[in-house]
Amino acid sequence: MTTIADTPKAAFHRTHRAEWIKLRSLRSTWYTLAGLFVAGLAVSALSMTSSANGYAGLSAAERLAWDPAGLSLVPYIIAQLIIGVLGTLVVTSEYATGLIQTSLAATPRRHRLLAAKAVLVAGVAVIAGEALMFASFFFGQAVLAAHDVPSAGLGDPGVFAAVAGGGLYLAAIALLATGLSVVLRSTAGALTTLVAVIFLAPALSATFPSWTRGLFDYWPTQGGAAVMATVPDPDFPHPWLNFGGMCLGVAALLAVAFVLFRRRDV
Amino acid sequence: MLLDMIEIRGLTKRYGHQTVVDDLSFTVEPGHVTGFLGPNGAGKSTTMKMILGLAAPTSGSVTVGGRRYSGLPVPLTEVGALLDAGAVHGSRKAYDHLLALAVSNGLPKRRVGEVLARTGLEGVAGKRTCGFSLGMRQRLGIAATLLGDPRVLIFDEPVNGLDPEGIRWIRDFMRSLAREGRAVLVSSHLMSEMALTADHLVVIGKGRLIADTGMTAFMRSRGEGTVLVRAAEPAVFSRHLTAAGATVRDGLEASIVVSGMASAEIGKLAAYHGVALAELTPQQPSLEDAFMDLTEDSVEFQGAGA
Repeated sequence: MTTIADTPKAAFHRTHRAEWIKLRSLRSTWYTLAGLFVAGLAVSALSMTSSANGYAGLSAAERLAWDPAGLSLVPYIIAQLIIGVLGTLVVTSEYATGLIQTSLAATPRRHRLLAAKAVLVAGVAVIAGEALMFASFFFGQAVLAAHDVPSAGLGDPGVFAAVAGGGLYLAAIALLATGLSVVLRSTAGALTTLVAVIFLAPALSATFPSWTRGLFDYWPTQGGAAVMATVPDPDFPHPWLNFGGMCLGVAALLAVAFVLFRRRDV
Repeated sequence: MLLDMIEIRGLTKRYGHQTVVDDLSFTVEPGHVTGFLGPNGAGKSTTMKMILGLAAPTSGSVTVGGRRYSGLPVPLTEVGALLDAGAVHGSRKAYDHLLALAVSNGLPKRRVGEVLARTGLEGVAGKRTCGFSLGMRQRLGIAATLLGDPRVLIFDEPVNGLDPEGIRWIRDFMRSLAREGRAVLVSSHLMSEMALTADHLVVIGKGRLIADTGMTAFMRSRGEGTVLVRAAEPAVFSRHLTAAGATVRDGLEASIVVSGMASAEIGKLAAYHGVALAELTPQQPSLEDAFMDLTEDSVEFQGAGA
């Protein structure tokens, strides 16, 4: 009956491709990604230089806990905020402009639209996150080597897992931001909440009641980020378990986001 | 032609205690421009959102071609809707905006070029929409509605804020879409605009249906109008008219306004009494008057003395 559509079906991959066109056609996307690398590598340069200079003054015990790979992944702290901005804008820019109405009129199956957005965010964040973590690792080790301080190779025990884990961690944070954005429907609200989750709560964790301690084992910037260490941390003996717990939390938030996105009027 | 119709049955939307749309039923048929008319806050936009599945009805149903909007397999090939021309991302180029929409429904890329040409936007396809005038944004929004060559088109207040040239372009465009056999639903709070565009009228006030009728039938049903008369001795002729059963009131500049009698009868009466008439003009009730009469009880926020 229709002569215009290639086939009379609007499938998931089409929604996904449309979301990619929307994302790539905004300059803010590319500025954000450029900012991710500039800020990430700048932090890497600063922190690695300072670590390398401090190595001479370390005690024997501290030298035993020297984690060159983990140190070079420290830029994740700033990177998670920037990648969170990306995960936020994919959703909130549509609410801010009213474009969400047009998008939902074109794709009235709401779960499909949100799934396409989430898959896109995950994909872009995993690629950008891994690229940044590997770049930061190699760059950081080069700085250490230049200072004649012990550095790590990708083949050393646990190193590859830590670096790759850093990229996965960033992707999980991007999805956390996307989930928050769907629930809050505003850029400012989502980003403020994200900052509270990844920076404020960990910073204030010592003042929280002791029963919340268990939660922080799986919290971003806390237990969730333990995968990036290559020297065993007595607090987190099984770091991938902590990271898995954080991912479950993100998945739960996304589940709430899907329910709300389906139910709410636009 | 059931496939091309919007059918609204007992549609109701409540937000808390406020009923925005109240048991509304009407049909939008192909080949016509249906004017969806009502004062601001009457529930027009909410109704349109419910047609598109953007808002969920509290009760009642709305279908396009017999199906709920959310069940349409390729919605853009069946319904094109423009609710808000401002709803574009200003930093996205017009071409990319349309391309993303086309791709989401599996429409070929060439459609983007075609709708840009039909709306006269080829020249600005590669421009970011933040630099667009309101009229250009309206055109871009209309281009988006045409991507899938749909049989049903929905526009919410499309001429709001446009200059006369833009208004005329949109008006002609709606007419041509209806001539092509499409069902066109256009909302407005301006009766005069609808008089030039629509051939069917659905009037609502406070969410309720007030009238659902053809434009000409609507005009006729709003009374016969009055006749403006200028005579050499208006006072004398007024007495004759009143005696013959007409109602007379004084008009501007010594004219009299006669109701309850057709102009032909007034002319005969003047001839019979030997009264010379300087003017005898039948006056149609203005659509605006008719609209105000209809909706005066249902205006949401009424000014004092209105």
